[in-house]
Amino acid sequence: MKPSPFTYHRPETLEEALATLADVGGDGKVLAGGQSLLPLLSMRLAAPAHLVDIGRLRGLAHVTRDDGGVRVGALARHAEVERDAGAAAAQPLLRRALRLVAHPTIRNRGTTVGSIAHADPSGEMTAVLALLRGSVVLASASGRREVAAADFFVGPLESALRPGELALEARFPAAPARSGSAFVELARRHGDYAVCGVGAVVVLDERGAVASARTSYVSMGPVPEVLDLTADAPPSGADLADSAAWRAAGARTAALLEPDADIHATADYRRHLGRVLTARALAEAAGRARAAARAPEPEEALRA
Amino acid sequence: MPEQVLPVALTVNGAAHRVQVPSRRLLSDCLRHDLRLTGTHVGCEHGVCGACTVLLDGVPVRSCLVLAASADGAEVTTVEGLGTEEALSPEQQAFRECHALQCGFCTPGFLTTVRAYLDDHPDPTEEEAREAVAGNLCRCTGYQGIVRAVLRAAEIRREREVAP
Ligand SMILES: Cc1cc2nc3c(=O)[nH]c(=O)nc-3n(C[C@H](O)[C@H](O)[C@H](O)COP(=O)(O)OP(=O)(O)OC[C@H]3O[C@@H](n4cnc5c(N)ncnc54)[C@H](O)[C@@H]3O)c2cc1C
Ligand code: FES
Ligand code: FES
Repeated sequence: MKPSPFTYHRPETLEEALATLADVGGDGKVLAGGQSLLPLLSMRLAAPAHLVDIGRLRGLAHVTRDDGGVRVGALARHAEVERDAGAAAAQPLLRRALRLVAHPTIRNRGTTVGSIAHADPSGEMTAVLALLRGSVVLASASGRREVAAADFFVGPLESALRPGELALEARFPAAPARSGSAFVELARRHGDYAVCGVGAVVVLDERGAVASARTSYVSMGPVPEVLDLTADAPPSGADLADSAAWRAAGARTAALLEPDADIHATADYRRHLGRVLTARALAEAAGRARAAARAPEPEEALRA
Repeated sequence: MPEQVLPVALTVNGAAHRVQVPSRRLLSDCLRHDLRLTGTHVGCEHGVCGACTVLLDGVPVRSCLVLAASADGAEVTTVEGLGTEEALSPEQQAFRECHALQCGFCTPGFLTTVRAYLDDHPDPTEEEAREAVAGNLCRCTGYQGIVRAVLRAAEIRREREVAP
């Protein structure tokens, strides 16, 4: 099938883009990389009257590392964020998760901010933003606002974006000291959407005990669910890098997550994956946190 | 309201083209219908199969997931731009030698993908070669020949470098 007709706009400046978006309001959609939107148009699952292509706004293609962490502009492609050494050093979870987003050919075109704006609960970057407690900066003709990830994801493919608004930038906080992260998932083939995916961040205290253990999920509910599993962390003396030590934390997720069934998996199978992959992700993250706590270098420097 | 029609300028395989297309025209259809370059194949039309892969400013993308209008001003390389019948490109020669195609429907997408991959990774391992084509579907071959062809294409590129 082909898309239904629409009016195409290609603004050259941000001001022009915001003016056009204000003009077309609820009849318009932003076109970023098109890797989610064009399939929807071709399958006629969406038929906006206006498309506002932001492809010429090269000023929004930044990947910037600062004291707060990493700021990713609306036009930065997944592949550009994945390659950025500064971003990987400040927040290693970005590169780890991006490698699991679709195939390289799709990452060449799809944008990280577009993926977040799309608010797909089966997208890795939505889960990463939620897990890291990041935020999104939104702009419209009447001003800007910053929305925390927890308030941004409202439902499946539903975000806090209002008609006329453009997501300018996503902000990912830097990894704290003595912390480690991991992203593990099960997909039919590498590059496919995951049947279940788990991101994990573990932070240790000065004595090497677990100070915080948090996870977030892909394809396990209508929004990227974030769980605090610190209370179920292994006692001191346990081998934190062994997933057996995190069995209780994994088991706990079964009561907290309410995955749906679809053609790829039953809800029960997803719950099982949640249990197993949570323990694995936490063990992997904890192993990295332990290495980071021992070495003065940031985590990324240890990975050969 | 009449449908919006836009002027689009593209450089395809080195040749400049100017076309007038409806704004909803996909790059894949622009290449096939407007420019009559039917080497680029369309399988799924929603980004899954990879048959429509072309190089957009040197970077492999799904041409069914790009509007022709968005590509205005860009350079496109399609399978027709890789080599000629008399002088096959290293990828094309390798696919022929290694029996990496049967019906050939998927082949243009593989060839463009492999071209860009080898530009960046001239000496892949077998595992990397497999990974490089993981985003392209082939219903015929079972992939073994394709993986061999990626490795062989890398070899041919090296051979041609020493003896041009
Ligand atoms: C075969 C295939 C496999 C894929 N697999 C995965 C996967 O495993 N994991 C994954 O996470 N993703 C996957 N994707 C999706 C891919 O990551 C997309 O690139 C991404 O979801 C959307 O980014 P985009 O820039 O292409 O956005 P677009 O497709 O251009 O836009 C998507 C939506 O977001 C809106 N939007 C985009 N940017 C903005 C903005 N700046 N402000 C306001 N609204 C905006 C659009 O209006 C639209 O509604 C896959 C896609 C394909 C085709
Ligand atoms: S036709 Fe474009 S990916 Fe299948
Ligand atoms: S050769 Fe027939 S689909 Fe690949």
